[in-house]
Amino acid sequence: MKKSVFLGTLAASALMAGFASAGTLDDVKARGELICGSNTGLTGFGAPDANNNWTGFDVDLCRAIGAAVLGDPSKVKFVPTTGETRFTALASGEVDLLVRNSTWTYSRDTDLKLDFVGVNYYDGQGFMVKKDLGILSAKELDGATVCIQTGTTTELNLADFFKSNNISYTPVTVADDAEAQRQYMAGACDAFTTDASGLAATRATLPDPDSHIILPEIISKEPLGPVVRHGDNQWGDVVRWTLNALLTAEEKGVTKANAEEMASSSTDPEVRRLLGVEGDMGAMTGLDKDAFKRAIMANGNYGEIFAANIGESTPIGLARGLNELWTNGGLQYSPPFR
Amino acid sequence: MAYVADAPKENFRLSMLIYDTRYRSITIQVIVLILALLFVGWLADNTIKNLAAKDKDINFSFLWNRAGYDIGQQLIPYTNDSTHSRAAVVGLLNTLVVAFFGCIFATILGVFAGVLRLSNNWIVSRIMTVYVETFRNVPLLLWIILSFTILSEVTPPPNAFRVTDEMIASGQAPAASMLLNESVAITNRGSDIPWPLLERPLGGADMAGVPINYAVVVSLLLLAASFYVARRNSQRARKTQEETGERPVVWWQNLLVVVLPVAAFLAWRGFHLEYPELKGFNFRGGLSIAHSFTALLIALSLYTGAFIAEAVRAGILAISKGQTEAAYALGIRPGRTMRLVVLPQALRVIIPPLISQYLNLTKNTTLGMAISYLDLKGTLGGITLNQTGRELECMMLMMAIYLILSLIISSLMNAFNASVKLKER
Repeated sequence: MKKSVFLGTLAASALMAGFASAGTLDDVKARGELICGSNTGLTGFGAPDANNNWTGFDVDLCRAIGAAVLGDPSKVKFVPTTGETRFTALASGEVDLLVRNSTWTYSRDTDLKLDFVGVNYYDGQGFMVKKDLGILSAKELDGATVCIQTGTTTELNLADFFKSNNISYTPVTVADDAEAQRQYMAGACDAFTTDASGLAATRATLPDPDSHIILPEIISKEPLGPVVRHGDNQWGDVVRWTLNALLTAEEKGVTKANAEEMASSSTDPEVRRLLGVEGDMGAMTGLDKDAFKRAIMANGNYGEIFAANIGESTPIGLARGLNELWTNGGLQYSPPFR
Repeated sequence: MAYVADAPKENFRLSMLIYDTRYRSITIQVIVLILALLFVGWLADNTIKNLAAKDKDINFSFLWNRAGYDIGQQLIPYTNDSTHSRAAVVGLLNTLVVAFFGCIFATILGVFAGVLRLSNNWIVSRIMTVYVETFRNVPLLLWIILSFTILSEVTPPPNAFRVTDEMIASGQAPAASMLLNESVAITNRGSDIPWPLLERPLGGADMAGVPINYAVVVSLLLLAASFYVARRNSQRARKTQEETGERPVVWWQNLLVVVLPVAAFLAWRGFHLEYPELKGFNFRGGLSIAHSFTALLIALSLYTGAFIAEAVRAGILAISKGQTEAAYALGIRPGRTMRLVVLPQALRVIIPPLISQYLNLTKNTTLGMAISYLDLKGTLGGITLNQTGRELECMMLMMAIYLILSLIISSLMNAFNASVKLKER
């Protein structure tokens, strides 16, 4: 009896925790800390270094939001989540938002009661194999053993791809990237499949990156973006417009270094609104007027964050591709700040 | 004349529920029951309300939607077009097969280790002590990961078995070769073993999604009939022995009766073995057993075997030494003393802890998720839960299934226990 009372209290308090976080923005302000659901460790996107400082493309977006809401990019706590636990962690209120290369799909947006508020990386699923297998196309993978991360869209895409090409495979389902990498390196699977960006990140951390190739087929659309709980529109707006602010900043040439100077010297009305000199854009989402300027100054604009973490000068070496601004032929497009 | 009136019949008053010891215990039990029911009701109500606040409901209809994912090891046909409920059944069967073989191996191992730990041979008993203590005192998860790592790291990849034309020309042997007369291949992914096939199969039927192979059914029926005849033959021999004192030799008759009909039937249908062959990335043909299964089975058997060994040892020690001495005095050899005198009596002490070890083993199969073994936890409680987002439903269903499974195992074992326990007349 004693035990069941204890368990019941636990269950009840877990439910209460979910209930109490109806206004996430107020909760974050009151707590003085933003809790960001992150990857368990994907180099370039979100991984802790030896001193437990989190770095990466997704991590920098969290820091920008932290800077916008709390005024300090260091007041962000990162909670590692696996493909399996991430949405439960978000739904239960354990994290305030999820920036963890999660694909925006219809059923996740509706049935899982989540809201994807934007796309910070347009991706697609690919395959990585060892070069000495002599394979040049994913369609040659008939009969292969393939490592996949469980709880992901890639799992379903993989089944669909092999089915539509009428070839067979043996799945090896693993919990996270590290385990997938270990199995792939040990030769327990012939191919490793995940988002192409994740493959590039994994390949960069392998002992001999040149002996592995990423096959040319991209078998799916994987728009990756930040996720918040459904129904908390104000918090969704904060996250959505912080991401848009970073994109607008790149479009208008506002960088980490010149944001302060642009605020005083720029005559472009949109830049002035973005940086809080004109109008009071921040107040409309419950923030102060310098919020977006702080977000940009945390780690720079979208292009700077991209270049610093996963761009062509880093070991991961991803080209901008679809993630180029719309003005340069890409898909990244922010609605206007007006 | 003394006249004793009947004691006045006391009328029932409400206060008696508390102050009268006749009623008090009932009062307390009723109050506790009401409180417990209220608490459960509050918990359910709270859950439903909170789910409603998130626009969620409790709905099991997802079980009939297309699953969309593939499962490596499947005992019944399954594709990614099958439903989530079928994926759950595939997972449940994977749980059951590893639990079934695990219980058998752990029992065999446990009985041997338990008996040998009491051996008079110092080295043998010490080796068994080391085995029992190391396996009992290290978490099972580590054993599972260790055995999986060993299996997948020390074995060669499938392409090490490949023989190319250049290698034949230069007379070079491949890096790895198949075992047992080219019939078994152990790669870093799994073990490929030959599989029996019939050239002229009898066909089969589909019963509620489970394929029934008529050849297997016929073979089993033949075997059952043969065993019945063999048994009658043995009974006849015993009867002759009781009447005349001389036992006719029947073992070869029994052997022929059991083996011949099935062998004849299989030969008639063209029995042969299909050997695994390296084709493309992996071996094909034959039966492929993934290392995740083997590693889980090995670790579960070794771990649970250590606990069973202790139960067996305790059971043997519980039997009075006089029993052994009496058996020796009658000239029975030590091995037979153990088998015929001590173990049957020790069984009464061993079975109750054995039940809980079987239950533990069955529940511990869920740890297979650490090495990507897709059991019930991996399908229903893993991928299905994730892809549908129905956490509560999947968890409740899974708990119900494991509960039913455990209750079935313990009731079977309790029935066995009742049949061997000391019968007092």
